Amino acid sequence: MGDQLQLVTAANAFPVLAQQIHGQPLAYLDNAATTQVPLTVLAAMRRFEDHDRANIHRGVHTLSQRATDAFEASRDTLKRFIGADASQELVFTSGTTEALNLVAQGLSAAGHDAAVIRPGDEIIVSGLEHHANLVPWQAAARRSGATLRILLPDAQGRLQVADLKSMLNERTRVFALTACANATGECPPYAALLALAAEAGALTVLDAAQAVSHAVPDLSVLACDYMAFSGHKMYGPMGIGVLAGRRAALERLVPLRLGGDMVEWVSYTDAAYAGLPSRLEGGTPNVAGAVGMAAAAGFIEQVGCDTIDAQVTSLRAHAVAGLSVIDGIRVLATESAASAIVSFVADGVHPHDIGTLLDERGIAVRTGHHCAQPLLDHLGCGPTTRASFALYNTHDEVERLVSGVARALELLR
Amino acid sequence: MTPVPTPNPSADARMAENELYQDIVVEHKRAPRHFGHLAAPTHQARGHNPQCGDDLQVELDVADGKLRDIGFQGQGCAICIASASMMTEALIGRDLAHAQDLQQRFRAVLTGQLEPETADLGKLVSLAGVRRYPSRIKCALLGWHALMHALAGEASTDEGTTA
Repeated sequence: MGDQLQLVTAANAFPVLAQQIHGQPLAYLDNAATTQVPLTVLAAMRRFEDHDRANIHRGVHTLSQRATDAFEASRDTLKRFIGADASQELVFTSGTTEALNLVAQGLSAAGHDAAVIRPGDEIIVSGLEHHANLVPWQAAARRSGATLRILLPDAQGRLQVADLKSMLNERTRVFALTACANATGECPPYAALLALAAEAGALTVLDAAQAVSHAVPDLSVLACDYMAFSGHKMYGPMGIGVLAGRRAALERLVPLRLGGDMVEWVSYTDAAYAGLPSRLEGGTPNVAGAVGMAAAAGFIEQVGCDTIDAQVTSLRAHAVAGLSVIDGIRVLATESAASAIVSFVADGVHPHDIGTLLDERGIAVRTGHHCAQPLLDHLGCGPTTRASFALYNTHDEVERLVSGVARALELLR
Repeated sequence: MTPVPTPNPSADARMAENELYQDIVVEHKRAPRHFGHLAAPTHQARGHNPQCGDDLQVELDVADGKLRDIGFQGQGCAICIASASMMTEALIGRDLAHAQDLQQRFRAVLTGQLEPETADLGKLVSLAGVRRYPSRIKCALLGWHALMHALAGEASTDEGTTA
């Protein structure tokens, strides 16, 4: 399996991986923070910058048309990638964080009309969220006079459908959820949870940042109004991301960025906003980023999403098994078999010390709160050490991780 | 560009083990000195690094311009705990001007402005290796920041930013 994947990816080498860190081959296990970029993606971006670079839309010259075509073709590619149909649209953002802010602010701020979220409404956010899918909702609740409610996970860090059922009511305006918790690796039953919330009349928001690289949520079958994800967590560039969803839901958002390219007409005192997708894409977008993100989607499809998923979940299972037998280690979300993330705490040893000692062995992991402080507090574990896998990782690297962690604990206990 | 591999990877890999986590550092982490509350602190402050979860409370008993006693408690990485522990040993019984001076010299060593050999740090020199790990300098300084804030009578410190 692993060897097969190495052959598939050989032609798409990841330049950054071919180096040594402190004299050891780099084992890059921080893919939940950002994945590395294959040459095919870099080449697509370079091709755009070398041959087609110009500002998009309204240009009558050839390069502007080519750049516009490249941008719109990238949109189409990514829409296909997530199963979006004619009733759905996709807008480019700088990343998942901006996309989620666009939704939270767009529903809670008044534009030409009153805000969608009204005083007395309820916003339900899952307790598994990255700060990017929590803090904007805290602000939205404050701005609109709504109440923020948290769908708390159980002691094992799992969300229960029944718990959501008991929280939904006629005041529920929004339900926001992750497809995979970045801090623990827990993958909630998001299809069922979104469907339940939609049935209750809520607008549904899915943070798909940790899923798109190996288990792409399919918009054609999800009860999802808004889905956000980033290019740089799916083998694409940084600084580009997507907000996709139902056109009717996207049209309800008050634009976050007002200015050029998002208006129909403008007078000194007023303006009429353009239709989707321009309406939500004010200013010059990251066109090379969009091209790169679409190339990354193509790369995932070329290797095979199922192939990637099998590889990363098998690496995760290997890591869970290896780490769990080390005395004093608590692995979070052990049962989350669909995840590419393994997060753990060790009795008496701080994640920062483990992370530094692993780095000396060429192993890159992330340590700390992973922008999910309330969740880790709720689970009573504080900061964690997190390893997260991508298609280029190997079982040999998992073995190095496990023995590096064992050695760190031996040294520091 | 692929960096040139070092000739002896295994020695390099043990660099942090030997230089950052010296025996004396690990020993202070395992058994921190003056860990706990003071009966009647005259000054106190909390040092908190929200990004990594390091969180120390430092309590002081100050009289006649001297640090009669220091206690600390909380949680943090080995570097953070060992540094705070050595800080209590180095400063109990000393006057405030010495505390200020030692803090400045320790900080200057960690930030690369002063060479460890010339800084007269005593045991604290065992933490000088932290200077090669920029992301860990805030760990080594957390207890010291709390101490300085306690003396200044300020509220809790906030190191870094939230993730």
